[in-house]
Amino acid sequence: MSTGQEIPAESGVNYLNANYGIKSWLLTFDHKRIGLLYLVSITIMFIVGGMAAVLMRLHLVEPQGALFEPETYNKMFSTHGIIMVFFFLVPSIPATLGNFLIPLMIGARDVAFPKLNLLSWYVFITGAALALFATLSGGVDTGWTFYPPYSSLYSHSNVTVVALGVFIAGFSSILTGLNFIVTIHKMRAPGMTWFRLPLFIWAMYATSLIFVLGTPVIAITVFLLGLERVLHVGIFDPSVGGDPLLFQHLFWFYSHPAVYIMILPGMGVVSELVTAFSRKKIFGYSFVAFSSLSIAVISFVVWGHHMFVTGQSIYAGLVFSVLSFLVAIPSAVKVFNWTATLYRGSISYQAPMLYALGFVGLFTIGGLTGLFLASLATDVHLNGTYFIVAHFHYVMVGGAVMAFMGGIHFWWPKITGRMYPDYWARIAAAIVFVGFNLTFFPQFILGYAGMPRRYAIYPAEFQVLNVMSSAGASILGIGYLIPLIYLTWSMRYGKPAGRNPWGAKGLEWTTLSPPPTENFEEIPIVTEDAYNYPVAGGTRV
Amino acid sequence: MMGFFQFGINSLAALMDIPMQPPVASSIAEGVDQLYLLLTGITLFFSVLIFSIIFYFMIKYRRRSEGEVPPETHSSLFLELAWTIIPSLMCVVLFVWSSSLYIRNARPPAASTEIFVIGKQWMWHIQHPEGPREINELHVPIGVPVKLTMTSQDVIHDFYIPAFRVKKDVLPGRYSSLWFQPTQTGTFHLFCAQYCGTNHSEMIGWVYVMTPTDYAAWLAGGEKTESMAQQGERLFSQFGCGSCHTPEAGGRAPSLVGLYGKPQKLQSGETRVVDEALIRQAILVPNTVRIGNFEPIMPTYQGQIDEEQMLQLIAYVKSLGSAERTNGQ
Ligand code: HEC
Ligand code: HEM
Ligand SMILES: [Cu+2]
Ligand SMILES: [Cu+2]
Repeated sequence: MSTGQEIPAESGVNYLNANYGIKSWLLTFDHKRIGLLYLVSITIMFIVGGMAAVLMRLHLVEPQGALFEPETYNKMFSTHGIIMVFFFLVPSIPATLGNFLIPLMIGARDVAFPKLNLLSWYVFITGAALALFATLSGGVDTGWTFYPPYSSLYSHSNVTVVALGVFIAGFSSILTGLNFIVTIHKMRAPGMTWFRLPLFIWAMYATSLIFVLGTPVIAITVFLLGLERVLHVGIFDPSVGGDPLLFQHLFWFYSHPAVYIMILPGMGVVSELVTAFSRKKIFGYSFVAFSSLSIAVISFVVWGHHMFVTGQSIYAGLVFSVLSFLVAIPSAVKVFNWTATLYRGSISYQAPMLYALGFVGLFTIGGLTGLFLASLATDVHLNGTYFIVAHFHYVMVGGAVMAFMGGIHFWWPKITGRMYPDYWARIAAAIVFVGFNLTFFPQFILGYAGMPRRYAIYPAEFQVLNVMSSAGASILGIGYLIPLIYLTWSMRYGKPAGRNPWGAKGLEWTTLSPPPTENFEEIPIVTEDAYNYPVAGGTRV
Repeated sequence: MMGFFQFGINSLAALMDIPMQPPVASSIAEGVDQLYLLLTGITLFFSVLIFSIIFYFMIKYRRRSEGEVPPETHSSLFLELAWTIIPSLMCVVLFVWSSSLYIRNARPPAASTEIFVIGKQWMWHIQHPEGPREINELHVPIGVPVKLTMTSQDVIHDFYIPAFRVKKDVLPGRYSSLWFQPTQTGTFHLFCAQYCGTNHSEMIGWVYVMTPTDYAAWLAGGEKTESMAQQGERLFSQFGCGSCHTPEAGGRAPSLVGLYGKPQKLQSGETRVVDEALIRQAILVPNTVRIGNFEPIMPTYQGQIDEEQMLQLIAYVKSLGSAERTNGQ
């Protein structure tokens, strides 16, 4: 680009070529390499979870089920949900882009506790390996929600091993969260005040808070489940003296905030992308920053909206309903601010921007359909149907995964030092957008029409919509495969990227691509706000 | 406008054989649908708004030359407040509307016809107080409120009738209830909407809404069965309850006549209205609901009485409620 940055000499030493060999990766303390270790691990998990999803959609082409016995289908959606939530989406942006970028963005040489950082990856893959092992050796059929007493005393599948895997992976989240909080507090470069931080850092900070405060609860919850299942201690099953709803309270006390663990980092990424590709300051910086924090706080008190039909009291229902409406407001504020950032910008449409705009649109739909579920009277009808499946996929896939893809495309030149073919990337982004909507939009209608979720077979009148959804899923699958190919290709054959291929602001773009192991030749001194476009040079129009 | 729009969508859907909504067959369904339509309108409005602004900006402000630097724009407190407050007000309207609808629908009218439901992996047992039982089928009369009292014999299930827009979890170890008033005769889906294991998707059935005369004929037809209360009465003597809970037993235990629905002061100091849950608790874990000065002699029947028998015993105790039915004591 014309921003006048020099292209680093190809022979420069950087974090990728500083040393070689498998050991230099498996024993690295470099936050950038650890980020890549995570990237490889969660990509594998995404592929496994995605294959389960595609098989499920194929099965549902026929009302009687085209491929599997119900038992196998149940294991399929359980594996899919567990892997996608606990082993892909929760760690996705924080553990890959967060690890890679936080020190670079705040002008530090590494995170606060590099060894802890490596440990958290080992903890994560231990949990992931257990979950994969359990899946291959018989599977689990409880859904990712593990509701007892089914999961504790009735299911004959590998619940204990999977629960152990989730339990262990939780510790990796806690360690990562701690590390990030301390890093952001203590390691900012001179002049990098709180209100000069890029919004990605604010989002990571809010996410880390939820990691540290929320994850212990899910750890305890699955631990109690294990106790009941293995030792028959009566905790959740009334036939042994337990309370079946206690689990749901504990589970959603973590898992609703976890929904925001999945979406907040995406919001942070989108703030970076929208500003970079319109060359503008973010509109309403402090409103966007504080909306992240208020989302993090309110998200801890809305768990009861998952339990409107369990027979909780009317008053509890009312309180959780009003709080759920409340959490919608900061999300709306963000959407409006991103849109306003485009106003009078200089907008270009490389692939990362397409993902970012896709995110804004799909997240808007995902968020608005959440209002149907915060409204008590409509939730009674929609809860437990495909409407829920559509809603959370709009938020988690249309939102979080779109942002993850956008972020990977945006920082790929920084991570690898190479450009990928933007043409193919834009095509893939468009395919993902179309495939996504075709897959999940029909599910809103299916849900309202009354089709329950987690059904291996279904009444014939729902077939047309299911076939549409399955057709969309194959398009979506292709959309996700293409990047896998050209990104891998680009690592070897891509054009060298230079320090700042997008002409973006942010300390990470001032250093070499890929950065040297110590990140910066010299620790930068920050003298301006975030997104203070233009990058040196260029003229105002 | 909205109606026209809906008409368009519906005719298109009909052409393609896509169900857009379940039948509207209960007294609350229409209210829920109106709220749903409002929510759909809001969703459409904001999605179209955001999408068109984005498209407009995308074209209007596309980058025209590489070195282009856009003018600065400043954040605006007015805008920030506007797009915080307007959505908030809308949420208040939605909250008030949906909650009042919900509260109105939450409690069954006093004069409801009662029917009992037991969920178990993977079927629905239905029992009518008059005696008839059904599996995965539920016959109800049109135009009168029907209250279901439900429990599960194993894991959590959920009783869902889309055409009535009602759904409630069915939990082991407790009673939950659900009510509706059918407004249309016909046959409607009945689903389990809480994942409950292997054949969850086969835990489905049909609801038959009948005219009162057809319903009466249906109840009377079939083989003659005892009413639930009569079956309960037999169990009452079979389990030896009568050896304590009758006047002949000489006041060893409280009389159960007129018990149902009366406020009962427990030894713990708490006062509870006697309902299904309390009777159930008294039978399964008697020492947790001690009353008066009675010796704690009532044995626990945990593990001896199944969910169906429990409902029959309760029906019997309830039948003692009205003075003229205190026969046999
Ligand atoms: C050995 C005597 C005995 C037998 C047999 C017995 N009960 Fe009881 N029952 C009692 C006593 C005594 C109480 C008072 C509870 C207390 O204070 O502990 C009681 C309390 C109750 C209550 C609560 C009454 C209230 O006023 O709240 C119910 C309901 C009840 N019994 C039903 C039954 C049923 C049904 C059976 C048979 C399955 C049964 N009982 C068998 C002695 C007995
Ligand atoms: C390739 C695209 C995807 C397709 C086609 C797909 C499809 C499905 C289907 C058919 C179900 C089962 C619904 C049911 O029976 O109740 C499901 C459930 C689920 N999906 Fe996806 N999915 C996809 C991607 C994702 C992604 C990327 C995530 C998360 C990041 C995700 C998260 C979930 C969750 C949490 C469930 C719930 C599982 C459960 O009910 O236990 N999905 N998905
Ligand atoms: Cu939630
Ligand atoms: Cu079920």
